[in-house]
Amino acid sequence: MSNIETVTPQVALPQREPFRINWIRLAPLLYTIGLFVIWEIGVRISGLPHTILPTPSRIFEAIVQYWSPIWKNSLQTLYTTVLGFIIAVVAGLGIGLFIGWSKTIYAGLYPIMIGFNAIPKVALVPILVIWFGIGTVPAVLTAFLISFFPIVVNVATGLATIEPETEDVLRALGAKKLDIMLKVGIPRSMPYFFGSLKVAITLAFVGSVVSETVASNNGLGNMMASAQSNFNVPLVFAGLLMLAVEGIAMYALMAWLEKRMTGWAHRSTMSN
Amino acid sequence: MALVTIDNVDMRYGGPTGTLAVSGLNLRIERGEFVAVVGPSGCGKSTLMKLTTGLHIPQAGTVIVADQEVTKPVSIVGMAFQNPTMLPWRTTLENILLPLEIVERHRHRLRAHKAEYVAKAEALLETVGLKGFGDKFPWQLSGGMQQRANLCRALIHEPELLMLDEPFGALDAFTREELWCVIRDLHASQDVTIVLVTHDLRESVFLADKVVVMSARPGRVISEHMVPFERPRQLEILYEPAFNDMVQRLHGEIATARAAA
Ligand SMILES: Nc1ncnc2c1ncn2[C@@H]1O[C@H](COP(=O)(O)OP(=O)(O)OP(=O)(O)O)[C@@H](O)[C@H]1O
Ligand SMILES: [Mg+2]
Repeated sequence: MSNIETVTPQVALPQREPFRINWIRLAPLLYTIGLFVIWEIGVRISGLPHTILPTPSRIFEAIVQYWSPIWKNSLQTLYTTVLGFIIAVVAGLGIGLFIGWSKTIYAGLYPIMIGFNAIPKVALVPILVIWFGIGTVPAVLTAFLISFFPIVVNVATGLATIEPETEDVLRALGAKKLDIMLKVGIPRSMPYFFGSLKVAITLAFVGSVVSETVASNNGLGNMMASAQSNFNVPLVFAGLLMLAVEGIAMYALMAWLEKRMTGWAHRSTMSN
Repeated sequence: MALVTIDNVDMRYGGPTGTLAVSGLNLRIERGEFVAVVGPSGCGKSTLMKLTTGLHIPQAGTVIVADQEVTKPVSIVGMAFQNPTMLPWRTTLENILLPLEIVERHRHRLRAHKAEYVAKAEALLETVGLKGFGDKFPWQLSGGMQQRANLCRALIHEPELLMLDEPFGALDAFTREELWCVIRDLHASQDVTIVLVTHDLRESVFLADKVVVMSARPGRVISEHMVPFERPRQLEILYEPAFNDMVQRLHGEIATARAAA
């Protein structure tokens, strides 16, 4: 996880010395290349057959060879993931605000949420298939179910941890619960919310791919499952690589969004 | 009729077996009066503030503010605590305007009369020596500057009753004396009643008309002292023997109250 974080685009990095190579910015790229080189050499020296562990060059070959299905299935997976994720954001924000609203609701719903979160979501896929048939719908729903929990917890935590003094100052002015939520609770929980999006998008990929693997004729999960049954191991790895690329891209997007929307949270903690 | 009447009030935190914070508390505050509350730490001074503003409702006794028994937060007060509680996502000016978005009397006028209110906030900022800092974020200000902005926020909606809970505790001596003068002038120029909780006895004698001494927990009022010095008071008064005598007497009383606990 931690080396993915360094891939985050550094939008506004001042370039004071244009003639010096910025090794920190280059590091993610260099390390990635290094990983592939070691992999390539390791496989070649050990002589593992590509049905066990293909070399990166063999995987890139597979990507070129099967580009059309890979592209189509990548888009499908991205689509189900993002759709499930968006539903999770909307529902997570809503439920998070609802739970954080009052101590009673928080106390009553929290254990239920924990219990629900403890269920492995892959176990729900068969039920979703019974309800909605195989294909896009269960994939979207699995992505949603697996990714909305961190959003709920973070939003609710942001609301539940309002400083009592701030609340007192506002209540002494005649503020209603709704005022306090709108003026303090919601803005205050935004850093928690945007922070949780990075976790949620990663989980959403897990959900959609799991569901596609067992219950779909589309998507990278399904493509990898059928490639595996044909012993087309390079194609399986090509699918993994595409997933990694999509995952990094979406994670970077969320990290960027977080920085854009809640810059004050980073700067204010830095100054304290 | 007094603005605030606290009559035989008991307040216990955390249910029937919890901490008894104040017991048999009696206090009257007249309109326009400046009252300072002093007492040992943990004696229930902050509790007194919360009872008066309706943030807590007592288990026994009555609190009457502006001729009405307090059963919910009263909305004629401005409050400032030791901790500035500025919202970090708002600029200093927006923080100061926050009460106007809440208080019933102002919230409907705010949008149409924005410029007028902003001008008022800027005037307040100037009074406390923060001219030009309105568009800075609170975390770009020092602790003392945040505390001054906090004071502006407590004043922007022209409250009838200003409750200050150790607002100058974390400040250096010079800033503190400067803000004493700000508060003194405010009280002189406006029709406002001020209750100030403080640990600084010089502060209480310099500013107040009446100094109220509380006992150790469970807190009650053990004595009230009218401050005899003429207004307007200048900072030089801090070095006069009569002033220091009074401070010393208060000090002795609180020391006794602490020892009694
Ligand atoms: N929210 C609370 N829950 C439980 N007990 C509390 C709470 N607030 C205050 N108390 C208790 O009530 C007593 C009085 O507290 P209060 O904050 O009023 O004291 P104080 O006089 O303001 O003290 P200080 O001068 O240190 O600020 C204390 O003993 C404290 O332990
Ligand atoms: Mg206190």
